[in-house]
Amino acid sequence: MIVWTALAGLGSLAAMLAVAQAPAYRAPRTADAKPNLNGIWQALNTADWDLQGHAAAQGPVLSLGAAFSVPPGLGVVEGEEIPYQPAAATKKKENQANWAKLDPEVKCYLPGVPRATYLPYPFQIIQSQKLIMISYEFAGAVRTINMEAPTKAPADSWMGWSNGHWEGESLVVDVTSQNDQTWFDRAGDFHSDALHVVERYTPRSADTLTYEATIEDSKTFSRPWKISMPLYRHVEKDARMLEYKCVEFSEELLYGHLRKKPSNP
Amino acid sequence: MTRRLLAFTTAFAATVSVLLLGETPARAQSPAKKAAPAGKSWTPPRTPDGTPDLQGIWTDATLTPLERPKGLGAKEFYTEEEFAKLSARVRQGEVGEEADLGAAREQTLRYDLSLYGFDITKARFASSRRTSLVVGPEGVVPPMLPEARKRNAERTAKNKGHEFDSYENRPLSERCILMNQERIPMLPGANDNNLLQIVQGPGYVTLLHEIDHDTRVIPTDGRSHVPQNIRLYQGDSVGHWEGDTLVVDTTNFTNLTAFRGSGEKLHLVERFTRTAEDTVTYRFTVEDPTTWDRPWTAEVPMTKTQGPVYEWACHEGNSMISTILNGARVTEAQGAEKAGK
Repeated sequence: MIVWTALAGLGSLAAMLAVAQAPAYRAPRTADAKPNLNGIWQALNTADWDLQGHAAAQGPVLSLGAAFSVPPGLGVVEGEEIPYQPAAATKKKENQANWAKLDPEVKCYLPGVPRATYLPYPFQIIQSQKLIMISYEFAGAVRTINMEAPTKAPADSWMGWSNGHWEGESLVVDVTSQNDQTWFDRAGDFHSDALHVVERYTPRSADTLTYEATIEDSKTFSRPWKISMPLYRHVEKDARMLEYKCVEFSEELLYGHLRKKPSNP
Repeated sequence: MTRRLLAFTTAFAATVSVLLLGETPARAQSPAKKAAPAGKSWTPPRTPDGTPDLQGIWTDATLTPLERPKGLGAKEFYTEEEFAKLSARVRQGEVGEEADLGAAREQTLRYDLSLYGFDITKARFASSRRTSLVVGPEGVVPPMLPEARKRNAERTAKNKGHEFDSYENRPLSERCILMNQERIPMLPGANDNNLLQIVQGPGYVTLLHEIDHDTRVIPTDGRSHVPQNIRLYQGDSVGHWEGDTLVVDTTNFTNLTAFRGSGEKLHLVERFTRTAEDTVTYRFTVEDPTTWDRPWTAEVPMTKTQGPVYEWACHEGNSMISTILNGARVTEAQGAEKAGK
């Protein structure tokens, strides 16, 4: 009897805690009564430079001086550490030492998930009933999130295969079948084709979302790890994404050495 | 407020269509009437927020040629009987200029085209029974103005002899900057079974081309174009609803976009109407006073099809540019070696 009372007490305590932890904010609803995440969003941090905390540093292009040096940031990894396996930790260091040469962002390659979210460019969520589309300004990347019964990827791809569902206020997206070519940031953080990402987009006010991504990759990391950051709505009138077809900005790097040399007289 | 906005948008839309297209509303309505079976009215489905629902995965693959075969004169539509006969002839491989075979036409080098889904027995004409995609009594693209011919000839001449000098000398499609099938307006082919996925959210319609994952997120709130100094390969698209039709107006093209030789003054108006459960009728009008002496219009029914829409990562897998340039450099080196001997 006493035990039951105590248990009941614990139960109500747990319920109270759950209430206390539940998101205080309830998002406006779409016409089909789902949290409305439509809008143009952007991260406002330095995660694309380095997911982990970092001090400011000289940029890679000396001639650009202070205009393109590395801005400092506190980092977005929960618990600070990215749990690399030993061999992967070595590879990350090599990547970091050669990032300008190796980083797929420099080559205008599709950025993959989660990096697409915190690249320093806006993206737009277009919310339909059976699917949700996310269109990114960088490289014209795009994802279609299936909101019906989960389906399997027909093939591996740069942006992966996304199945989503709602958990209360949160859009939860399960991302699989990404290839091993994308990175997480300009600090050389990388993954294998075993990458599994679970994203959560949770409204936290009319114009902000909380973005969380749990990252799992048994070939690269010793345990799952998580990043978290706010996303901000572009509230300016008639805000819109423009074309950022960056292929032409990468061509000299990729093909410049194959130009015809000025012929000798 | 919503009603006022709607009224404003509709009035604005009507004005824009009359001013820009030079079409009376009655003429603009006629294709939809033709597409619907006589005596039956069909109401398109709606999204939960009440806009006409164009969503789905669509294909515009068709054998119907862009321009009308000369022998047909002003004949804009085949009769049902003629259409059935023509379709049967195509399936037997007997086709003249009534059909644009695209990649399935006879080639010196024969690939097994069925591997690519290029099966002539499965290819079909636009269900509208049009003799050409270009509408109207003439059924052809107006002749190019002399200044446009000169402009295009000069560009070609400038590149002549330098085609393999650098990536800059290669076509935009080889460079994965603008693939031919992702260009707008969308011109269909017989076999390039290009998928178009339409997704609608409140206030936006998104058009995703499978080819090179090109995505247009089109606002439908009646806003104006971005400033004129912002030039974009795919132009700047803004939309609005006219009854059940999505009307998309696109300007701000670059001078490199060149749709059939057009310049940067290209102005495109596209109309998407769900005319049946499995059909979106796509009708576009282009005008460019520096290229043609008058606007011209084409229409093609897009048919519902199945996914998945694959990721088309063109640039990421582009070994073509480096192979072409490398080949040219090797050839030059061999030539120099021979000359030196």
